[in-house]
Amino acid sequence: MPLHLLALDASSSACSAALLRQDETGATCLARFEMTPRAHTRRLLPMVDEVLAEAQVTPSQLDAVAFGRGPGSFTGLRIAAGAAQGLAFGLDCPLLGISTLEALALQAHRRYHLRHVVTALDARMGEVYAATWHCLKDTITPMSAEAVLAPEALRLPGDETDWVGVGSGFTLWKRFTVDLQLSMPQHLDDLEPRAEEMAWLAARDFAAGLGQTAHLVQPVYLRNDVAWKKPA
Amino acid sequence: MRVLGIETSCDETGVALYDTSLTGGKGLLADALYSQIAMHAEFGGVVPELASRDHTRKLLPLIEQVLSDAKLTRHDLDGITYTAGPGLVGALMVGASTAHGMARALNIPVLGVHHMEGHLLAPMLEDEPPEFPFVALLVSGGHTQLVEVQGLGRYQLLGESVDDAAGEAFDKAAKMLVLAYPGGPQVAKLAEQGDPKRFRFPRPMTDRPGLDFSFSGLKTHTMTAIRQLEAAGELDDQARADVARAFEEAVVDTLVIKCRRALDQTGLKRLVVAGGVSANHRLRERLHVECKKRHARAYYPRGRFCTDNGAMIAYVGAQRLAAGECDTYGIMQATPRWPLDQLTPPVAADS
Repeated sequence: MPLHLLALDASSSACSAALLRQDETGATCLARFEMTPRAHTRRLLPMVDEVLAEAQVTPSQLDAVAFGRGPGSFTGLRIAAGAAQGLAFGLDCPLLGISTLEALALQAHRRYHLRHVVTALDARMGEVYAATWHCLKDTITPMSAEAVLAPEALRLPGDETDWVGVGSGFTLWKRFTVDLQLSMPQHLDDLEPRAEEMAWLAARDFAAGLGQTAHLVQPVYLRNDVAWKKPA
Repeated sequence: MRVLGIETSCDETGVALYDTSLTGGKGLLADALYSQIAMHAEFGGVVPELASRDHTRKLLPLIEQVLSDAKLTRHDLDGITYTAGPGLVGALMVGASTAHGMARALNIPVLGVHHMEGHLLAPMLEDEPPEFPFVALLVSGGHTQLVEVQGLGRYQLLGESVDDAAGEAFDKAAKMLVLAYPGGPQVAKLAEQGDPKRFRFPRPMTDRPGLDFSFSGLKTHTMTAIRQLEAAGELDDQARADVARAFEEAVVDTLVIKCRRALDQTGLKRLVVAGGVSANHRLRERLHVECKKRHARAYYPRGRFCTDNGAMIAYVGAQRLAAGECDTYGIMQATPRWPLDQLTPPVAADS
Protein backbone atom coordinates (compact mmCIF):
# COMPACT_ATOMS: atom_id res chain seq x y z
CA MET A 1 0.00 0.00 0.00
CA PRO A 2 1.48 3.36 -0.95
CA LEU A 3 1.61 6.13 1.64
CA HIS A 4 -0.05 9.43 0.73
CA LEU A 5 0.83 12.48 2.73
CA LEU A 6 -0.49 16.01 2.16
CA ALA A 7 1.40 19.10 3.35
CA LEU A 8 0.29 22.71 3.22
CA ASP A 9 1.82 25.99 4.25
CA ALA A 10 0.75 29.64 4.54
CA SER A 11 3.43 30.88 6.94
CA SER A 12 4.86 33.67 4.73
CA SER A 13 3.66 35.78 1.78
CA ALA A 14 3.72 32.50 -0.12
CA CYS A 15 1.24 29.69 -0.08
CA SER A 16 2.06 26.10 -0.97
CA ALA A 17 0.75 22.55 -1.05
CA ALA A 18 2.47 19.23 -1.72
CA LEU A 19 1.47 15.61 -2.04
CA LEU A 20 4.05 12.96 -1.24
CA ARG A 21 3.54 9.41 -2.44
CA GLN A 22 5.76 6.70 -1.09
CA ASP A 23 5.86 2.98 -1.82
CA GLU A 24 8.39 0.11 -2.02
CA THR A 25 9.85 1.52 -5.23
CA GLY A 26 10.49 5.01 -3.87
CA ALA A 27 8.83 8.34 -3.26
CA THR A 28 7.61 11.22 -5.40
CA CYS A 29 6.37 14.65 -4.43
CA LEU A 30 4.02 16.86 -6.41
CA ALA A 31 3.98 20.47 -5.28
CA ARG A 32 2.54 23.92 -5.89
CA PHE A 33 4.09 27.15 -4.65
CA GLU A 34 2.79 30.68 -5.28
CA MET A 35 3.49 34.12 -3.89
CA THR A 36 0.00 35.06 -2.71
CA PRO A 37 0.18 38.02 -0.35
CA ARG A 38 -3.24 38.44 1.32
CA ALA A 39 -4.79 35.67 -0.79
CA HIS A 40 -4.06 32.64 1.40
CA THR A 41 -7.76 32.23 2.25
CA ARG A 42 -8.54 31.94 -1.45
CA ARG A 43 -5.55 29.96 -2.73
CA LEU A 44 -4.54 27.45 -0.07
CA LEU A 45 -7.30 24.87 -0.50
CA PRO A 46 -7.56 25.18 -4.31
CA MET A 47 -3.81 24.43 -4.42
CA VAL A 48 -4.42 21.37 -2.26
CA ASP A 49 -7.00 20.27 -4.80
CA GLU A 50 -4.59 20.85 -7.67
CA VAL A 51 -1.94 18.53 -6.23
CA LEU A 52 -4.55 15.92 -5.32
CA ALA A 53 -6.02 16.04 -8.83
CA GLU A 54 -2.62 15.84 -10.49
CA ALA A 55 -1.72 12.81 -8.36
CA GLN A 56 -5.19 11.33 -8.90
CA VAL A 57 -5.61 10.95 -5.17
CA THR A 58 -8.85 11.62 -3.29
CA PRO A 59 -8.78 13.10 0.23
CA SER A 60 -9.98 9.80 1.70
CA GLN A 61 -6.77 8.13 0.45
CA LEU A 62 -4.60 10.41 2.58
CA ASP A 63 -2.72 8.71 5.42
CA ALA A 64 -1.68 11.91 7.14
CA VAL A 65 -1.81 15.70 6.83
CA ALA A 66 0.97 18.15 7.70
CA PHE A 67 1.24 21.93 7.87
CA GLY A 68 3.86 24.61 8.44
CA ARG A 69 3.38 25.09 12.20
CA GLY A 70 5.63 28.14 12.39
CA PRO A 71 7.27 30.33 13.17
CA GLY A 72 5.86 32.80 10.65
CA SER A 73 2.94 35.14 10.05
CA PHE A 74 0.49 34.52 12.90
CA THR A 75 -2.59 34.71 10.70
CA GLY A 76 -0.99 32.54 8.01
CA LEU A 77 -0.06 29.90 10.57
CA ARG A 78 -3.64 29.78 11.76
CA ILE A 79 -5.10 29.57 8.25
CA ALA A 80 -2.87 26.57 7.52
CA ALA A 81 -3.51 25.09 10.98
CA GLY A 82 -7.29 25.49 10.60
CA ALA A 83 -7.38 23.97 7.11
CA ALA A 84 -5.03 21.13 8.10
CA GLN A 85 -6.83 20.46 11.38
CA GLY A 86 -10.17 20.47 9.57
CA LEU A 87 -8.86 18.07 6.92
CA ALA A 88 -7.24 15.71 9.43
CA PHE A 89 -10.27 15.82 11.73
CA GLY A 90 -12.67 15.20 8.84
CA LEU A 91 -10.52 12.32 7.53
CA ASP A 92 -9.80 11.01 11.02
CA CYS A 93 -6.11 10.79 10.16
CA PRO A 94 -3.00 11.94 12.04
CA LEU A 95 -1.75 15.51 11.80
CA LEU A 96 1.86 16.69 11.87
CA GLY A 97 3.17 20.21 12.53
CA ILE A 98 6.40 20.91 10.67
CA SER A 99 8.88 23.64 11.54
CA THR A 100 9.04 26.31 8.85
CA LEU A 101 12.70 26.90 9.75
CA GLU A 102 13.58 23.22 9.35
CA ALA A 103 11.72 23.09 6.02
CA LEU A 104 13.74 26.09 4.89
CA ALA A 105 17.00 24.42 5.94
CA LEU A 106 16.10 21.28 4.01
CA GLN A 107 15.23 23.34 0.96
CA ALA A 108 18.61 25.10 1.06
CA HIS A 109 20.40 21.80 1.56
CA ARG A 110 18.64 20.03 -1.30
CA ARG A 111 18.82 22.89 -3.76
CA TYR A 112 22.33 24.14 -3.05
CA HIS A 113 23.96 21.22 -1.20
CA LEU A 114 24.61 23.44 1.81
CA ARG A 115 25.85 21.79 5.02
CA HIS A 116 25.85 24.55 7.64
CA VAL A 117 22.69 26.56 7.46
CA VAL A 118 21.34 29.45 9.53
CA THR A 119 17.65 29.98 8.86
CA ALA A 120 16.12 33.32 9.76
CA LEU A 121 12.67 34.65 8.95
CA ASP A 122 11.72 38.31 9.29
CA ALA A 123 9.65 38.49 12.49
CA ARG A 124 8.88 42.23 12.11
CA MET A 125 9.44 44.60 15.02
CA GLY A 126 13.19 44.43 14.29
CA GLU A 127 13.51 40.75 15.17
CA VAL A 128 14.02 37.44 13.40
CA TYR A 129 12.88 33.87 13.98
CA ALA A 130 16.09 31.88 13.74
CA ALA A 131 17.72 28.49 14.17
CA THR A 132 20.95 26.80 13.04
CA TRP A 133 21.32 23.44 11.33
CA HIS A 134 23.82 20.84 10.19
CA CYS A 135 22.64 19.16 7.00
CA LEU A 136 24.11 15.94 5.65
CA LYS A 137 22.62 13.60 3.02
CA ASP A 138 19.07 14.92 3.52
CA THR A 139 19.36 14.61 7.29
CA ILE A 140 18.79 17.85 9.12
CA THR A 141 20.11 18.21 12.67
CA PRO A 142 19.23 21.25 14.76
CA MET A 143 22.25 22.93 16.34
CA SER A 144 20.27 25.49 18.34
CA ALA A 145 16.74 25.99 19.58
CA GLU A 146 14.35 28.03 17.45
CA ALA A 147 14.11 31.52 18.89
CA VAL A 148 12.77 35.00 18.24
CA LEU A 149 15.56 37.51 18.76
CA ALA A 150 17.23 40.66 17.52
CA PRO A 151 19.67 39.90 14.67
CA GLU A 152 22.52 41.25 16.85
CA ALA A 153 21.81 38.55 19.41
CA LEU A 154 22.13 35.58 17.04
CA ARG A 155 25.21 33.44 17.75
CA LEU A 156 26.58 30.59 15.68
CA PRO A 157 26.84 27.26 17.50
CA GLY A 158 30.27 26.25 16.14
CA ASP A 159 33.40 27.79 14.63
CA GLU A 160 32.78 26.62 11.06
CA THR A 161 33.29 29.42 8.55
CA ASP A 162 31.07 28.08 5.78
CA TRP A 163 27.67 28.98 7.24
CA VAL A 164 25.04 30.11 4.77
CA GLY A 165 22.19 32.31 5.89
CA VAL A 166 18.78 31.49 4.41
CA GLY A 167 15.45 33.26 4.62
CA SER A 168 13.81 36.69 4.73
CA GLY A 169 15.50 37.47 8.04
CA PHE A 170 18.73 38.11 6.13
CA THR A 171 17.23 41.22 4.55
CA LEU A 172 18.40 42.64 7.91
CA TRP A 173 21.98 41.57 7.04
CA LYS A 174 23.69 44.67 8.40
CA ARG A 175 22.27 44.09 11.84
CA PHE A 176 23.91 40.70 12.40
CA THR A 177 27.25 40.73 14.27
CA VAL A 178 30.50 41.11 12.37
CA ASP A 179 31.56 37.71 13.75
CA LEU A 180 28.52 36.10 12.18
CA GLN A 181 29.03 37.94 8.90
CA LEU A 182 32.66 36.77 8.75
CA SER A 183 31.58 33.14 9.19
CA MET A 184 28.96 33.45 6.50
CA PRO A 185 30.35 33.83 3.00
CA GLN A 186 26.88 34.04 1.52
CA HIS A 187 23.26 34.50 2.41
CA LEU A 188 20.06 33.90 0.42
CA ASP A 189 17.25 36.16 1.57
CA ASP A 190 14.72 35.27 -1.09
CA LEU A 191 13.83 31.70 -0.11
CA GLU A 192 10.54 31.06 1.66
CA PRO A 193 9.43 27.90 3.48
CA ARG A 194 7.58 25.47 1.21
CA ALA A 195 5.11 22.63 1.63
CA GLU A 196 7.32 20.42 -0.56
CA GLU A 197 10.07 20.08 2.06
CA MET A 198 7.42 19.92 4.79
CA ALA A 199 6.00 16.82 3.09
CA TRP A 200 9.41 15.11 3.17
CA LEU A 201 9.96 16.06 6.81
CA ALA A 202 6.42 14.93 7.63
CA ALA A 203 7.09 11.53 6.03
CA ARG A 204 10.11 11.17 8.32
CA ASP A 205 8.08 12.19 11.39
CA PHE A 206 5.10 10.04 10.39
CA ALA A 207 7.38 6.99 10.08
CA ALA A 208 8.67 7.80 13.57
CA GLY A 209 5.10 7.67 14.88
CA LEU A 210 4.89 11.41 15.57
CA GLY A 211 1.47 11.93 13.95
CA GLN A 212 -1.09 13.21 16.47
CA THR A 213 -4.81 13.76 16.85
CA ALA A 214 -5.63 16.99 14.99
CA HIS A 215 -6.42 19.32 17.89
CA LEU A 216 -3.15 18.52 19.66
CA VAL A 217 -1.06 20.00 16.85
CA GLN A 218 -0.91 23.76 17.33
CA PRO A 219 0.99 26.60 15.69
CA VAL A 220 4.36 27.52 17.19
CA TYR A 221 4.48 31.30 17.27
CA LEU A 222 7.71 31.78 19.29
CA ARG A 223 6.63 35.36 20.01
CA ASN A 224 4.22 35.10 22.89
CA ASP A 225 4.16 38.59 24.40
CA VAL A 226 1.44 39.73 22.05
CA ALA A 227 -0.99 41.62 24.25
CA TRP A 228 0.82 44.96 23.74
CA LYS A 229 -1.36 46.37 26.47
CA LYS A 230 -0.44 46.54 30.10
CA PRO A 231 -2.71 44.39 32.23
CA ALA A 232 -5.30 46.63 33.86
CA MET B 1 -30.06 18.30 6.84
CA ARG B 2 -27.65 18.11 9.79
CA VAL B 3 -25.45 21.17 9.93
CA LEU B 4 -22.45 21.98 12.11
CA GLY B 5 -22.23 25.68 13.05
CA ILE B 6 -19.00 27.42 14.08
CA GLU B 7 -18.73 30.87 15.69
CA THR B 8 -15.29 32.47 16.22
CA SER B 9 -15.87 36.15 15.46
CA CYS B 10 -14.76 37.61 18.78
CA ASP B 11 -13.99 36.18 22.22
CA GLU B 12 -16.30 33.15 22.39
CA THR B 13 -15.75 29.87 20.58
CA GLY B 14 -19.22 28.47 19.87
CA VAL B 15 -20.17 25.23 18.13
CA ALA B 16 -23.60 23.67 17.56
CA LEU B 17 -25.48 21.11 15.50
CA TYR B 18 -28.82 21.93 13.89
CA ASP B 19 -31.11 19.55 12.04
CA THR B 20 -33.48 21.23 9.54
CA SER B 21 -35.83 18.26 9.53
CA LEU B 22 -36.93 19.31 13.03
CA THR B 23 -37.98 22.88 13.81
CA GLY B 24 -37.60 25.43 16.60
CA GLY B 25 -36.09 24.14 19.82
CA LYS B 26 -36.12 20.54 18.59
CA GLY B 27 -33.90 21.23 15.58
CA LEU B 28 -30.98 22.11 17.83
CA LEU B 29 -29.23 18.83 18.57
CA ALA B 30 -26.33 20.12 20.65
CA ASP B 31 -24.38 23.26 21.40
CA ALA B 32 -21.20 24.10 23.27
CA LEU B 33 -19.40 27.30 24.10
CA TYR B 34 -15.99 28.26 25.40
CA SER B 35 -15.76 31.83 26.66
CA GLN B 36 -12.41 33.62 26.74
CA ILE B 37 -13.73 36.43 28.93
CA ALA B 38 -11.53 35.52 31.90
CA MET B 39 -8.40 35.66 29.74
CA HIS B 40 -9.21 39.09 28.28
CA ALA B 41 -10.42 40.50 31.62
CA GLU B 42 -6.79 40.83 32.65
CA PHE B 43 -6.32 43.36 29.84
CA GLY B 44 -9.62 45.21 30.27
CA GLY B 45 -10.78 44.26 26.77
CA VAL B 46 -10.42 41.73 23.99
CA VAL B 47 -6.84 41.25 22.73
CA PRO B 48 -7.39 40.10 19.12
CA GLU B 49 -4.21 38.01 18.78
CA LEU B 50 -4.89 36.14 22.01
CA ALA B 51 -8.49 35.58 20.93
CA SER B 52 -7.39 34.01 17.63
CA ARG B 53 -4.86 31.76 19.33
CA ASP B 54 -7.45 30.52 21.76
CA HIS B 55 -9.99 29.75 19.01
CA THR B 56 -7.36 27.54 17.31
CA ARG B 57 -6.89 25.62 20.57
CA LYS B 58 -10.54 25.24 21.47
CA LEU B 59 -12.44 24.73 18.22
CA LEU B 60 -11.85 21.04 17.44
CA PRO B 61 -12.45 19.84 21.02
CA LEU B 62 -15.79 21.70 20.98
CA ILE B 63 -16.71 20.11 17.64
CA GLU B 64 -15.93 16.68 19.12
CA GLN B 65 -18.05 17.56 22.14
CA VAL B 66 -21.19 18.52 20.20
CA LEU B 67 -20.91 15.45 17.97
CA SER B 68 -20.61 13.24 21.00
CA ASP B 69 -23.46 15.06 22.84
CA ALA B 70 -25.69 14.49 19.79
CA LYS B 71 -24.45 10.87 19.50
CA LEU B 72 -23.35 11.51 15.93
CA THR B 73 -20.08 11.13 14.06
CA ARG B 74 -18.48 13.50 11.58
CA HIS B 75 -19.88 11.31 8.78
CA ASP B 76 -23.43 12.17 9.85
CA LEU B 77 -22.88 15.83 8.91
CA ASP B 78 -24.56 17.16 5.75
CA GLY B 79 -23.07 20.64 5.84
CA ILE B 80 -20.85 23.05 7.76
CA THR B 81 -21.43 26.74 8.40
CA TYR B 82 -19.29 29.36 10.08
CA THR B 83 -19.37 33.05 10.94
CA ALA B 84 -17.77 34.90 8.01
CA GLY B 85 -18.21 38.37 9.56
CA PRO B 86 -18.44 40.94 10.89
CA GLY B 87 -15.82 40.49 13.61
CA LEU B 88 -12.10 40.30 14.29
CA VAL B 89 -10.51 39.20 11.03
CA GLY B 90 -7.91 36.89 12.56
CA ALA B 91 -10.51 35.22 14.74
CA LEU B 92 -12.92 34.81 11.81
CA MET B 93 -10.20 33.08 9.78
CA VAL B 94 -9.87 30.32 12.38
CA GLY B 95 -13.50 29.30 11.91
CA ALA B 96 -13.39 29.81 8.13
CA SER B 97 -10.26 27.72 7.56
CA THR B 98 -11.30 24.89 9.86
CA ALA B 99 -14.80 24.75 8.34
CA HIS B 100 -13.42 24.66 4.81
CA GLY B 101 -10.79 22.03 5.62
CA MET B 102 -13.36 19.82 7.29
CA ALA B 103 -15.92 20.28 4.52
CA ARG B 104 -13.30 19.29 1.96
CA ALA B 105 -12.40 16.16 3.90
CA LEU B 106 -16.05 15.14 4.29
CA ASN B 107 -17.01 16.29 0.80
CA ILE B 108 -20.00 18.31 2.05
CA PRO B 109 -21.08 21.92 1.37
CA VAL B 110 -19.83 24.78 3.53
CA LEU B 111 -21.13 28.34 3.94
CA GLY B 112 -19.95 31.50 5.66
CA VAL B 113 -22.80 33.43 7.28
CA HIS B 114 -23.39 36.85 8.85
CA HIS B 115 -22.95 37.01 12.61
CA MET B 116 -25.75 39.55 13.11
CA GLU B 117 -28.17 37.49 11.03
CA GLY B 118 -27.48 34.79 13.60
CA HIS B 119 -28.43 37.16 16.43
CA LEU B 120 -31.52 38.36 14.52
CA LEU B 121 -32.84 34.84 14.10
CA ALA B 122 -31.70 33.38 17.42
CA PRO B 123 -35.30 33.47 18.80
CA MET B 124 -36.14 30.92 16.07
CA LEU B 125 -34.35 28.38 18.26
CA GLU B 126 -37.07 28.67 20.89
CA ASP B 127 -40.19 26.51 21.12
CA GLU B 128 -42.50 29.39 20.15
CA PRO B 129 -40.55 31.21 17.46
CA PRO B 130 -41.82 34.50 16.04
CA GLU B 131 -43.34 34.49 12.57
CA PHE B 132 -42.10 36.85 9.87
CA PRO B 133 -42.32 39.81 9.55
CA PHE B 134 -41.01 41.40 12.74
CA VAL B 135 -38.99 44.30 14.09
CA ALA B 136 -35.67 43.33 15.69
CA LEU B 137 -33.59 45.28 18.15
CA LEU B 138 -29.99 44.04 18.06
CA VAL B 139 -28.27 45.38 21.09
CA SER B 140 -24.80 44.22 22.12
CA GLY B 141 -21.28 45.43 22.83
CA GLY B 142 -20.68 45.90 19.12
CA HIS B 143 -24.09 46.83 17.73
CA THR B 144 -27.24 48.82 18.38
CA GLN B 145 -29.58 48.40 15.44
CA LEU B 146 -33.27 48.32 14.66
CA VAL B 147 -34.07 46.11 11.70
CA GLU B 148 -37.27 45.26 9.88
CA VAL B 149 -37.19 41.56 9.08
CA GLN B 150 -39.48 40.37 6.27
CA GLY B 151 -37.94 36.93 5.94
CA LEU B 152 -34.61 35.11 5.76
CA GLY B 153 -32.13 37.53 4.19
CA ARG B 154 -34.72 40.30 3.79
CA TYR B 155 -33.60 42.96 6.22
CA GLN B 156 -34.11 46.68 6.21
CA LEU B 157 -32.05 48.75 8.60
CA LEU B 158 -34.41 51.17 10.37
CA GLY B 159 -31.84 52.82 12.58
CA GLU B 160 -28.54 52.27 14.33
CA SER B 161 -26.08 53.89 16.70
CA VAL B 162 -24.12 56.72 15.17
CA ASP B 163 -21.32 56.22 17.73
CA ASP B 164 -20.97 53.76 20.64
CA ALA B 165 -23.05 50.60 20.87
CA ALA B 166 -25.31 50.36 23.93
CA GLY B 167 -23.31 47.45 25.35
CA GLU B 168 -20.09 49.37 24.81
CA ALA B 169 -21.58 52.29 26.75
CA PHE B 170 -22.43 49.88 29.58
CA ASP B 171 -18.86 48.56 29.60
CA LYS B 172 -17.42 52.08 29.62
CA ALA B 173 -19.73 53.16 32.43
CA ALA B 174 -18.55 50.09 34.34
CA LYS B 175 -14.93 51.19 33.92
CA MET B 176 -15.80 54.67 35.25
CA LEU B 177 -17.49 53.05 38.23
CA VAL B 178 -14.44 50.78 38.70
CA LEU B 179 -16.39 47.57 38.12
CA ALA B 180 -14.85 44.38 36.74
CA TYR B 181 -14.72 43.62 32.97
CA PRO B 182 -17.03 42.98 31.16
CA GLY B 183 -18.98 45.51 33.10
CA GLY B 184 -22.46 45.67 31.56
CA PRO B 185 -24.11 43.13 33.88
CA GLN B 186 -22.21 44.64 36.86
CA VAL B 187 -23.65 48.09 36.14
CA ALA B 188 -27.15 46.58 36.06
CA LYS B 189 -26.50 44.83 39.35
CA LEU B 190 -25.21 47.98 41.03
CA ALA B 191 -28.16 49.95 39.60
CA GLU B 192 -30.57 47.75 41.58
CA GLN B 193 -29.37 49.52 44.75
CA GLY B 194 -29.66 52.96 43.15
CA ASP B 195 -32.27 55.66 43.63
CA PRO B 196 -33.91 56.37 40.24
CA LYS B 197 -34.91 59.88 41.33
CA ARG B 198 -31.54 61.24 42.41
CA PHE B 199 -30.11 61.90 38.93
CA ARG B 200 -31.65 62.20 35.52
CA PHE B 201 -29.31 61.56 32.59
CA PRO B 202 -30.13 62.66 29.02
CA ARG B 203 -31.94 60.37 26.55
CA PRO B 204 -29.86 61.07 23.44
CA MET B 205 -31.64 61.61 20.11
CA THR B 206 -35.11 60.91 21.50
CA ASP B 207 -36.27 64.51 21.15
CA ARG B 208 -36.27 64.33 17.37
CA PRO B 209 -37.80 61.91 14.88
CA GLY B 210 -35.86 58.95 13.58
CA LEU B 211 -34.61 55.61 14.79
CA ASP B 212 -30.89 56.24 15.17
CA PHE B 213 -29.14 56.05 18.52
CA SER B 214 -26.21 57.86 20.10
CA PHE B 215 -24.59 56.87 23.37
CA SER B 216 -21.32 58.77 23.46
CA GLY B 217 -22.86 61.94 24.95
CA LEU B 218 -24.37 59.84 27.72
CA LYS B 219 -20.93 58.44 28.41
CA THR B 220 -19.53 61.95 28.82
CA HIS B 221 -22.45 62.95 31.00
CA THR B 222 -21.80 59.95 33.25
CA MET B 223 -18.13 60.79 33.52
CA THR B 224 -18.93 64.41 34.44
CA ALA B 225 -21.42 63.30 37.10
CA ILE B 226 -18.86 60.97 38.66
CA ARG B 227 -16.15 63.67 38.66
CA GLN B 228 -18.47 66.21 40.28
CA LEU B 229 -19.41 63.75 43.02
CA GLU B 230 -15.75 62.93 43.50
CA ALA B 231 -14.76 66.60 43.73
CA ALA B 232 -17.48 67.18 46.33
CA GLY B 233 -16.28 64.15 48.29
CA GLU B 234 -19.69 62.53 47.81
CA LEU B 235 -18.78 59.52 45.68
CA ASP B 236 -19.79 56.88 48.20
CA ASP B 237 -21.31 53.47 47.45
CA GLN B 238 -24.82 54.90 47.34
CA ALA B 239 -23.80 57.64 44.92
CA ARG B 240 -22.14 55.07 42.62
CA ALA B 241 -25.32 52.99 42.68
CA ASP B 242 -27.41 56.09 41.95
CA VAL B 243 -25.19 56.95 38.97
CA ALA B 244 -25.44 53.36 37.69
CA ARG B 245 -29.22 53.54 38.03
CA ALA B 246 -29.49 56.86 36.21
CA PHE B 247 -27.24 55.55 33.47
CA GLU B 248 -29.20 52.33 33.03
CA GLU B 249 -32.51 54.21 33.06
CA ALA B 250 -31.26 56.50 30.31
CA VAL B 251 -30.06 53.66 28.08
CA VAL B 252 -33.15 51.53 28.62
CA ASP B 253 -35.48 54.47 28.12
CA THR B 254 -33.73 55.38 24.87
CA LEU B 255 -33.96 51.82 23.57
CA VAL B 256 -37.62 51.54 24.56
CA ILE B 257 -38.59 54.86 22.93
CA LYS B 258 -36.97 53.80 19.65
CA CYS B 259 -38.54 50.32 19.73
CA ARG B 260 -41.94 51.92 20.31
CA ARG B 261 -41.39 54.19 17.33
CA ALA B 262 -40.20 51.32 15.15
CA LEU B 263 -43.32 49.28 15.96
CA ASP B 264 -45.58 52.25 15.27
CA GLN B 265 -43.77 53.18 12.07
CA THR B 266 -43.88 49.65 10.60
CA GLY B 267 -47.23 48.67 12.07
CA LEU B 268 -45.71 45.32 13.07
CA LYS B 269 -46.79 43.45 16.20
CA ARG B 270 -43.74 41.32 16.85
CA LEU B 271 -40.51 42.58 18.37
CA VAL B 272 -37.41 40.42 18.57
CA VAL B 273 -34.74 41.56 21.01
CA ALA B 274 -31.32 39.94 20.74
CA GLY B 275 -27.68 40.57 21.64
CA GLY B 276 -25.94 40.70 25.02
CA VAL B 277 -27.88 43.73 26.36
CA SER B 278 -31.19 41.94 25.71
CA ALA B 279 -30.51 40.01 28.92
CA ASN B 280 -31.04 43.27 30.89
CA HIS B 281 -34.06 42.81 33.17
CA ARG B 282 -35.17 46.42 33.26
CA LEU B 283 -35.14 46.55 29.45
CA ARG B 284 -37.30 43.42 29.27
CA GLU B 285 -39.79 44.73 31.84
CA ARG B 286 -40.20 48.03 30.04
CA LEU B 287 -40.54 46.43 26.59
CA HIS B 288 -43.12 44.02 27.96
CA VAL B 289 -45.27 46.94 29.10
CA GLU B 290 -44.90 48.82 25.81
CA CYS B 291 -45.72 45.73 23.74
CA LYS B 292 -48.78 44.97 25.84
CA LYS B 293 -50.13 48.48 25.19
CA ARG B 294 -49.84 47.83 21.45
CA HIS B 295 -51.12 44.22 21.51
CA ALA B 296 -47.65 43.31 20.35
CA ARG B 297 -45.33 40.62 21.67
CA ALA B 298 -41.62 40.63 22.42
CA TYR B 299 -39.47 37.57 21.70
CA TYR B 300 -36.10 36.83 23.23
CA PRO B 301 -33.59 34.06 22.73
CA ARG B 302 -32.90 32.01 25.86
CA GLY B 303 -30.21 33.54 28.08
CA ARG B 304 -27.16 31.80 26.67
CA PHE B 305 -28.19 32.57 23.08
CA CYS B 306 -28.42 36.32 23.78
CA THR B 307 -24.63 36.54 23.63
CA ASP B 308 -22.38 35.04 20.94
CA ASN B 309 -23.01 31.33 20.39
CA GLY B 310 -22.72 28.58 17.79
CA ALA B 311 -26.42 27.67 17.82
CA MET B 312 -27.59 30.81 16.03
CA ILE B 313 -24.90 30.30 13.36
CA ALA B 314 -25.87 26.65 12.91
CA TYR B 315 -29.51 27.74 12.58
CA VAL B 316 -28.95 30.47 9.99
CA GLY B 317 -26.40 28.42 8.05
CA ALA B 318 -28.68 25.40 8.02
CA GLN B 319 -31.56 27.46 6.54
CA ARG B 320 -29.31 28.81 3.81
CA LEU B 321 -27.51 25.54 3.06
CA ALA B 322 -30.86 23.75 2.88
CA ALA B 323 -31.92 26.32 0.27
CA GLY B 324 -28.88 25.38 -1.80
CA GLU B 325 -26.56 28.26 -0.95
CA CYS B 326 -22.88 27.46 -0.35
CA ASP B 327 -19.37 28.89 -0.65
CA THR B 328 -17.27 28.28 -3.74
CA TYR B 329 -15.04 25.35 -2.91
CA GLY B 330 -11.91 26.36 -1.01
CA ILE B 331 -12.68 30.10 -0.86
CA MET B 332 -12.69 30.93 2.85
CA GLN B 333 -14.79 33.98 3.73
CA ALA B 334 -13.64 36.42 6.40
CA THR B 335 -15.26 39.85 6.16
CA PRO B 336 -14.53 42.01 9.21
CA ARG B 337 -16.94 44.78 8.08
CA TRP B 338 -20.17 43.64 6.50
CA PRO B 339 -23.38 45.73 6.70
CA LEU B 340 -26.42 43.60 7.55
CA ASP B 341 -28.58 45.14 4.83
CA GLN B 342 -26.23 43.82 2.14
CA LEU B 343 -27.62 40.34 2.80
CA THR B 344 -30.02 38.73 0.37
CA PRO B 345 -32.35 35.74 0.57
CA PRO B 346 -30.58 32.40 -0.02
CA VAL B 347 -29.15 32.00 -3.50
CA ALA B 348 -28.68 28.42 -4.67
CA ALA B 349 -25.08 27.79 -5.76
CA ASP B 350 -26.10 26.38 -9.13
CA SER B 351 -28.49 29.18 -10.08
